Amino acid sequence: MINIEIDGKLVETAKGSTIMDAAHKADVYIPHFCYHKKLSIAANCRMCLVEVEKAPKPLPACATPAAEGMKVHTHSDMAVKAQKGIMEFLLINHPLDCPICDQGGECQLQDLAVGYGGGASRYNEEKRVIHPKEIGELISTHEMSRCIQCTRCVRFGQEIAGIMELGMANRSEHAEIMSFVNSSVDSELSGNMIDLCPVGALTSKPFRYKARSWELSRRKSVSSHDGLGSNLAVHVKDNKVVRVVPVENDAINECWISDKDRFSYEALNSAERLTRPMIKQGGNWIEVEWVAALEYVANGLRQITQSAGAENIAALATPHATFEELYLLQKLMRGIGSGNVDFRLRQSDFSADGKQSGTPWLGMPVSEINGCDRFLIAGSFLRKDHPLLAQRIRQAVKHGAQVSIVHSAADDLLMPVANQAIVTPAELVSTLAQVLKALASTKQVKLSDEIQALLVSLTVSDAAAKIAASLAGGKQVAVLLGNFAQQHPQAVQIASFAEQIAQLCGAKFGFLGEAANSVGGYLAEAVPFAGSVHGMNAAEVLENPRKAYLLLNVEPELDMHNPQLAMKAMKDADMVVCMSAFKHQGLEYADVMLPIAPFTETSGTFINTAGIAQSFKGAVKPLAEARPAWKVLRVLGNLLNVTGFDYDSSEAVRDEALKGITISDKLGNLTSGVKFEVVTSSPAALQRVTDVPIYFSDALVRRADSLQKTNDSAVPCVKLNNSELQKLGLQAGDAIKVTQGNASAQLTVQADEGVPAGAVRIAAGHPATALLGAMFGTITVERA
Amino acid sequence: MLSTHIQDQINRELKKYPLDQKQSAVMSALRFVQDEKGWISTEDMSEIASYLGMPQMAVYEVATFYHMYNLKPMGKSTLTVCTNLSCTLCGAEDTVAYLTAKLGIGFGEVTADGKYGMREGECMGACKDAPLMTINNKRLCGKLTPEKIDQILAELDKS
Repeated sequence: MINIEIDGKLVETAKGSTIMDAAHKADVYIPHFCYHKKLSIAANCRMCLVEVEKAPKPLPACATPAAEGMKVHTHSDMAVKAQKGIMEFLLINHPLDCPICDQGGECQLQDLAVGYGGGASRYNEEKRVIHPKEIGELISTHEMSRCIQCTRCVRFGQEIAGIMELGMANRSEHAEIMSFVNSSVDSELSGNMIDLCPVGALTSKPFRYKARSWELSRRKSVSSHDGLGSNLAVHVKDNKVVRVVPVENDAINECWISDKDRFSYEALNSAERLTRPMIKQGGNWIEVEWVAALEYVANGLRQITQSAGAENIAALATPHATFEELYLLQKLMRGIGSGNVDFRLRQSDFSADGKQSGTPWLGMPVSEINGCDRFLIAGSFLRKDHPLLAQRIRQAVKHGAQVSIVHSAADDLLMPVANQAIVTPAELVSTLAQVLKALASTKQVKLSDEIQALLVSLTVSDAAAKIAASLAGGKQVAVLLGNFAQQHPQAVQIASFAEQIAQLCGAKFGFLGEAANSVGGYLAEAVPFAGSVHGMNAAEVLENPRKAYLLLNVEPELDMHNPQLAMKAMKDADMVVCMSAFKHQGLEYADVMLPIAPFTETSGTFINTAGIAQSFKGAVKPLAEARPAWKVLRVLGNLLNVTGFDYDSSEAVRDEALKGITISDKLGNLTSGVKFEVVTSSPAALQRVTDVPIYFSDALVRRADSLQKTNDSAVPCVKLNNSELQKLGLQAGDAIKVTQGNASAQLTVQADEGVPAGAVRIAAGHPATALLGAMFGTITVERA
Repeated sequence: MLSTHIQDQINRELKKYPLDQKQSAVMSALRFVQDEKGWISTEDMSEIASYLGMPQMAVYEVATFYHMYNLKPMGKSTLTVCTNLSCTLCGAEDTVAYLTAKLGIGFGEVTADGKYGMREGECMGACKDAPLMTINNKRLCGKLTPEKIDQILAELDKS
C-alpha cells in the first residue's frame, strides 16, 4: 500500500493504482471525461489535470500512478488554471447551444463547464462541423459536432462489447467518431455507448427529443427479459415510460444493460396494447367491464371443473411473469384442484422433474464468473441469450481464461474461444460424454461402473480431447448450460454428463437462466410436480389436450417448444383465457382477453438466475383498463371461492410465498436417479437447430419498434452449411420450403459454415416460423 | 481479394511480429496495397482486416490517420508537393502554380488521362533541397525549378 495526500487528506491506496483511484477513496472529486472505471485509460481529454508537488507541470490524475508521499492538489492555482484552460479548449469546437441539445440537463460537459470553465468564450472563429452518419436504429449521431473525442464509445466497443464498431477516423482537427463505411452498430450492448458519451454526441434515437431530463421522474425497476435481472431506472413523463437506463449494481449488471433491457420499453406504448377486457360472443369480440369478464372466466372454469374435472384445466405462464403472478396462478390452479401449471414453455425434457436437489440455477453468484479461468459452455447462443453474462465471460477471457464450447452453432462470441465442438443436436450428449471420458483419463479418476460401461465404446474426438485438456488445467472451472441445452429433448442427459464433468474438475456447475423468473418460477411452485396437487407439465398439457387453458402472457405460437401442437390444442379447447398485455393471435382462438399490466405497471419480484430476489414497484399506472395480473388472479381466486386469496398488496403475496424459505437453500443443480444414456446414432434426416432471436424472445421485445428494425430482427433465414447446400442442390438466397410435421414455411436459404453437417438452423419466436413444429427434431428442406 | 503478391509481402512482414499481434503489420499491408493499386479502397481495407484478424474500423482509423495513404485514385504518378515553411520560403507556391498550369490539376485532383495526381504534403525532412516533391511517396525530387519539373515529367511520361 502507498500513502499519498490529496488536498490535505491522507489516503492509503494500492500499489499501481492511479491518483484518480486514490481520489475516489479519499472522496475527492476530480473532473474528467475520458476516464471511466470500467474502461482502459486513455488520458486524452486532459480534464483531470491536477497539481502534484515537485512535478513541473500539471499531471492527468487518471493516468498518473500514485507514488509514496505524493502530495496532490486538485484546487490549487496550477490545477484550476489547467482545468480552466482545458475547458476552454474543449469548448472551442463544441456548439454552445445547450438549450436545443438532447443531452442538456444531464450532460457532463455542461456540468463541468459551469463548475470549472470560464464565463465567456474568447474563440470567435468558425467551429468545426461534422456531418452526421447513419449507424443504425438505436443510436443517433446527429449531433456528432458535439463530440469531444474522449473515445469512451470506441473503448467500450473494443473492451466490453468485444467488437470495435465505432472508431476515430482521420486526424487532429478532422478526427471524428464513425463506423466503417456507415455500417450499422449491431452490438447487443450498443446502447451503453449513449450513457457513456459525456456529451450529446451519441444520443438515444428512440428517446431523441421526447423529453428533457428534468421533466422525468426516475423509478427503480428490474429487467423482465433475461435471467440476469439487470437493475433499471425507468424514466417517466406524464405517466408514460419514455426511457430506460441502467442502475449500477456491481453484483449483477455492473453499470451496463443490454439493448433489449434498454429499448424494449417502446412496446409499453405500442398500439397493440390490450386496454380493455374482451369476450368473444358469436365470433365477435366485445369489450366488457372487468366484473363481467372475470365472472365469465370463473363460470367457465367452474363448469368445466364440474363437467370434466379440474384436471381438464391447464395454466401456462411465461417465465417473464413476476414471482407473485406465478405463485398466485399455481395457487389458484391447485385451489380448484388442478396441478397442470407450468412456466417452462420451451423445455421439452421433463424427466428430471422431482429428481432435482433444488431449483436449477447459475450455480454461483454472478460476479464469480469474472474469476473463473476455464469455462465449458454447452448449448448456448451465449451472446444473444445472455448479453451481459457473455460480457463477464469476455472479461474473464481477457484475464487469461479459456472458453470451450459444445454447441450446434458456431456463432461469433466476440471473444477468443479456445476449443469448440460444433455437433448436431443429436450428438450433443455423446460429445459431452467424450469430454467426460477424456477428462477421466487425464485426471486418472475412475467413474461409476454405470457410466464407465457407457463410455467404453465411445471414441473421443479431437475437439473433445482438447476441451478436456483445457478443463483439466483450470483452477476455477465453470460448466454452464445455456438455453439450447435446457430446451434439448435430452436436456437431462446433457445436464447429467455436464454435472459429471463439473465434478471431475471441481467446477461450479450451473444453468444460464432463460428468463427473468426461470428460478422464480420453481420457487413459486408454478411447476406441476410441486405443491399439494401434482399435474401435467407444459408439454403434456398439449399432447393430451385440455378443455380449458389459462395463458399468463403466453403467445403459444411464439413462446412454446412446439408451436404447432400448442396452436392445435388452443384451437380445439373449449375455453382459452388470455391474460396478456397485448392483443395477439389469441384473438383467433381465445374466448376471453384480460388486459394485464407489463412489469413497469405492476409491483412484483424477479428472482434471477443466481437466486437473488429483487422486488420492484410499478413505475407508472396501468394503461387504461389494464390491471396487474396478481390483482386479476386474486379476484379470480375470490370468485372461485379458493381460500387464502385476501391479499392487499403484491408484497403480501411475496411474503406468503417466501415464508420460512431461504432461497439459497432451495437452489440445487444435482439430479439423482437419472439413468445415463448415450445415443451415438444420428437420424439420417436434417436436424433442426433452433435459436430464439434476441429480439423475438418475449412479448415485450417483439413489439419494441426500434429493436424490430435492427439487423438482429431480420426475418429468419434457413441456415445450412455449404456441403449440405450442395447436397440439396440449393444456393444461398434461394427460396425454399421447410416442412415439419404437417406444416411448412417458405423461407430464404443462407449459407452458414457454423451450422454442423446434418443440421439446419431455423429460428423460433418469429411469425414466419411460428407454424413449424418442435424446436428440435427432423425437418425437411426442399426447393419452393 | 488481396493479390498473392500482396499476401506474400504481408506474410513476410508478419514474421517480424509475435503470432498473436498480427495487426502490427497493418501499416505495411496498406502500403503494399497502395504500391500495387495506387490507392486503397474500403474493400481493400476490409480484406486487410480479415487477413490480419482485426476490426475493419481499426484498419480504417490507420488508413485515414496517415497522410501518405491515398484513399481515392491519385493517378499513375502521385506528385506530393511539400508546402511547409522551408519549402514555401524557397518557392513551393511557384512549384504548385507551375504544376497546376502544366497539368491542369490542383491539390487532390487527377489529370483526365489518369497519369498524374497532385497532393499537398508535409515536411519531408530534406529542407536543404527545398522546394521538394515526392513521386508516389518513393522518389524525392528537390531544388525544383520549372526546367527540372519539365525534365521529371518527361521522364515519367516515357516510363
